[in-house]
Amino acid sequence: MRAEARSGLLLSAPYAAFLLIFALFPIGFSVVLVLLEWDLVTAPSFVGFDNVQRLIGDARFWQAVINTFVFLAIHLPLQIIVALTLAWVLNRPLFFRSFWRAAFFLPVVISGAAVTILWSALYATDVGLINGVLARLDLGPVPWLTDPAIAMPAIAVMATWKNVGFYIVIYLAGLQGVPRSCHEAIELEGATAWQSFLHVTLPLLKPQTLLVVTLSTIGGFQLFIEPYILTGGGPLRRTLSVVLYMYRNAFSYQKMGYAATLGVALALIIAAVLVVQRRVIGSAEEA
Amino acid sequence: MRRAVFYVVLALAAAAFLYPFLWMAASSFKSPAEVGGLSLLPDQPTLENYRLMWARAPFGRALLNSLFVATTITLSVLVFGSAVAYALARLSFPGRRILNVLTVAVLLVPAQLTLIPTYTLIVQLGWVDSYAALIVPFAFNAMAILILRQFFLQVPRSLMDAARLDGMGELRILYTVFWPLAKAPLATVGILTFMGAWNEVLWPLLVVRDEQLMTLPQLLTVFSLGGGAGPRALAPKLAAAMVLVVPVVAAYAFLQRYFIESMASSGTKG
Repeated sequence: MRAEARSGLLLSAPYAAFLLIFALFPIGFSVVLVLLEWDLVTAPSFVGFDNVQRLIGDARFWQAVINTFVFLAIHLPLQIIVALTLAWVLNRPLFFRSFWRAAFFLPVVISGAAVTILWSALYATDVGLINGVLARLDLGPVPWLTDPAIAMPAIAVMATWKNVGFYIVIYLAGLQGVPRSCHEAIELEGATAWQSFLHVTLPLLKPQTLLVVTLSTIGGFQLFIEPYILTGGGPLRRTLSVVLYMYRNAFSYQKMGYAATLGVALALIIAAVLVVQRRVIGSAEEA
Repeated sequence: MRRAVFYVVLALAAAAFLYPFLWMAASSFKSPAEVGGLSLLPDQPTLENYRLMWARAPFGRALLNSLFVATTITLSVLVFGSAVAYALARLSFPGRRILNVLTVAVLLVPAQLTLIPTYTLIVQLGWVDSYAALIVPFAFNAMAILILRQFFLQVPRSLMDAARLDGMGELRILYTVFWPLAKAPLATVGILTFMGAWNEVLWPLLVVRDEQLMTLPQLLTVFSLGGGAGPRALAPKLAAAMVLVVPVVAAYAFLQRYFIESMASSGTKG
């Protein structure tokens, strides 16, 4: 065998073994687990499609899916509007531009666990910062995390605060690719700045918007530490997320088969949602 | 005048992102009586919150665990990952095509799908409560290999030929010829990997139950859930969160440009 082929095999063999054990095996085994009931202590037993049937009739699972859509319905538009606005502001001659950008980006680099604990303090009903500010304005304390109707929107706002800096940078890169001449041309036709933004800038930023929507959607379906720390999935299970429910099935109830079934279902839902989003944003282009 | 209004709006927006962190830092030094207040200067600064959280849970140990785990993963991803990227980019060997395809395919699989099967694997291997469980499943990273491979593909052929004529082996070519040229992508991969490992919390919550082995975000989560509610419990939690936040903010203050560019480039390439 040639020396080059031998070196190539040697250098990539550990990675090939890694892929086999920690990527391909888990992917294949996830399908096997769907058919099993297994507490990791006693031997697994084959139960056919019991897990799938259970999933279809499981009100908690569907509640978690609905909760995620509630989260996304608030989080996605908020994220796009705030990111776009702040990117638009930053995309002009400014003093201390890199300072402003770094300020908006700071929460992105902080661990989700730390950000969530910080927000548990901001949202606290009695000693929280936000209710403290509201009290100065003579507004009553809001039970941010204990009112079933408010808790998930509150988490969506927190997630936006945490991630928006990342999307500002994405939009900023997109805005810098929009040629000045495009705006000048349409403004010569008598368009206002707002019309120029709506008809020139926004369509040109479609790739960035698609990226924001895709990554935020995947992030939304990964929601875990936020409800785990803030609410435990309550009140009335309104903040229960699929990953939190999956974690509990595996870690607290030792139901590996059902937890894996939740994982497979979640992967399929994410794929379906992303395909639909791509279609919708893609067709907006043709219109 | 319009410009002034513009800067006021900008400052208010920036305050919405910075003030909570400053308030957290201030509150961690406040007494229970003061902790709900809006002020950024404690009337009577106290270290009591830090003493409490340090005494109640092994945060020093968790800090070392997190540093060890994140550093080991980052070194592995850089050193071994770039060897794989080099082989995939510049060496022809049987199986290269399939490895390239698998590397891309793996990125398309949602992490939620493999979480539980990987957890059962770790349990079967007897790795629960071990550093191996925290490190080995992250020892390689497909995204990192793709970023580095993309860069290695652009290194001129003549450099490799010259190095080979000098009798250099592949590893020497990689680490003495390619690495010095690849500082930017290596920094990107290094920052992304370290941040990901440092911030990860779901995986440790699954595979580690022994307090002595917990990473910082995990111990923080466990500590905060066990601490109860109310002002007396709040300040020690914030003090504990500070242990996790301060090293990152310190690194960010010096390297913010690299942080932002690394993360943005991962987003646009991914």
